[in-house]
Amino acid sequence: MTPRIRWQRARLVDSRLETRRARTLVFDVPQWTGHDAGQHVDVKLTGEDGFTAQRSYSIASASTPGRLELTVQAVSGGIVSPYLVDAMQLGDELELRGPIGGWFRWTNELAEPVLLVGGGSGIAPLMAMLRQRLLAGSAAPFRLVYSARTPDHVFYANELHVISQGRRGVDVDLLYTRSGLPGDTRPPGRLVGDDLPLAAPDAEPTRVYVCGPNGFVENAARLLVDRGHQPASIRTERFGSSGG
Amino acid sequence: MHFSDELALDGNALAGPMAEFFAVDVTSALVTCNDCGAAAPLADQAAYVGGPGWVLRCAGCSSVLVRFVTTRDAVWLDVRGSASWKIPTAPVQRSLP
Amino acid sequence: MSVISRGFGGRGGASDPRVPPGQYVTHDFPVLSAGPTPYVDTDEWSLDLTDVDDSRSALSWTQLMAKPIEEFTVDLHCVTTWTKLGTTWRGVPVSAVLDDLDSEAEFALVHSYGGYTTNLPVEDLLDGKAWIVFEFEGEPLEPVHGGPARLLVPHLYLWKSAKWVNGIELRHDDEPGFWETLGYHEYGDPWLEQRYAGD
Repeated sequence: MTPRIRWQRARLVDSRLETRRARTLVFDVPQWTGHDAGQHVDVKLTGEDGFTAQRSYSIASASTPGRLELTVQAVSGGIVSPYLVDAMQLGDELELRGPIGGWFRWTNELAEPVLLVGGGSGIAPLMAMLRQRLLAGSAAPFRLVYSARTPDHVFYANELHVISQGRRGVDVDLLYTRSGLPGDTRPPGRLVGDDLPLAAPDAEPTRVYVCGPNGFVENAARLLVDRGHQPASIRTERFGSSGG
Repeated sequence: MHFSDELALDGNALAGPMAEFFAVDVTSALVTCNDCGAAAPLADQAAYVGGPGWVLRCAGCSSVLVRFVTTRDAVWLDVRGSASWKIPTAPVQRSLP
Repeated sequence: MSVISRGFGGRGGASDPRVPPGQYVTHDFPVLSAGPTPYVDTDEWSLDLTDVDDSRSALSWTQLMAKPIEEFTVDLHCVTTWTKLGTTWRGVPVSAVLDDLDSEAEFALVHSYGGYTTNLPVEDLLDGKAWIVFEFEGEPLEPVHGGPARLLVPHLYLWKSAKWVNGIELRHDDEPGFWETLGYHEYGDPWLEQRYAGD
């Protein structure tokens, strides 16, 4: 039996810190032919002693042959994520397979308005969608609602700032759950209904993608339905507390 | 007695291992529970990973839909808990369902 | 293809005689689950005992606590390749639970809250080889690790040590459990690496 997707060799060629505990890793993957935004990869690490561990991570970059980026948040007490964030050095290798997933996915041909709702490191696959939209020059209106603990916990801060200044049919709303910036009109706190746009009843239904921890996704999906969005137009991806 | 589901992932977590034995992407498959009759995309069902095998449970009633185990030389698959799988054959869904 | 990730692993144990082949030492306590975690109050907890003649009895929490309680330290071996050394538990030997039954049964099918099952020979439950445990490292056993009470059979892979145990069914035949029906070994001796059926 030949699997549809196979394990591929990936080499770390660049990296940057997004926050103190999250790192974007740029991999050179010679046999990578590209992916759709929102898809993920399985990552497999093997130690010199033969110990192996496997985890799934969303792809954060837009589709490029031979290269992809993952953003990993270190989970304390974890096995894989602390290695990826703290220990893996440029030139080190791992195995990955993908792209995986056809449900939580956005492609250039989709013209409907898009609402992205991300909590914490759930921003990663949504960022891939945003980047893909800008790269492809799509005219689909995009809005990102991104909930982070504090301004120091925001991934891709500079890039999101540039995008939000660009007036290219992309709106970015940042909101904070623990503490915000001086002068914020919204008090810090978990996502509430007013943070999300109302569905426009007569317009083409908005495609909604929600990604984040279990509780965040459940809450967001409920609020979105309250705001008039059709359950069938909401696609979700959850990060559980297991893994690391 | 009550149950807590905080260790569950969603069905997307099973897509990689299932690609070892399914030729199509399974996350968009509409899986109907044999117990309660609820139907949902596999991506929205509950997945339990990291144990001896992989378990997919109904997002509605928690019944086991699918179990599979990868041994050294085989994949064992049990789909008794699902009444049916509706697998879209079009590669991209261009409009909303 | 074998790609080694430099600096990963190095968890030791390869030369430690307490670590079975193919296992790696972990210092935390991974949580493995096949379903939602049941939260069971001790006043509603019960252990149902079914003998080969279909006679049934049940043990309440109070009755369990009235049995002889032992404190012991053992190593745990999970089939997913982690080994945890020197874990200390308090519990009741299964022999003290089964003694009243005077059964001729050869096999046991163990049941859990939530529907999990696992099978093993009765003799592996007796003679100080298995316990119904309710304390780990001096604390009440947490629900994610099987509390209020789980079976602990440390000489077999840990999937035999059913979390949230609520029944022991004694049988003449060996009825395979949740993982044993899906490719896992019917016995599961870590020292013989009996991971999968046929090992």
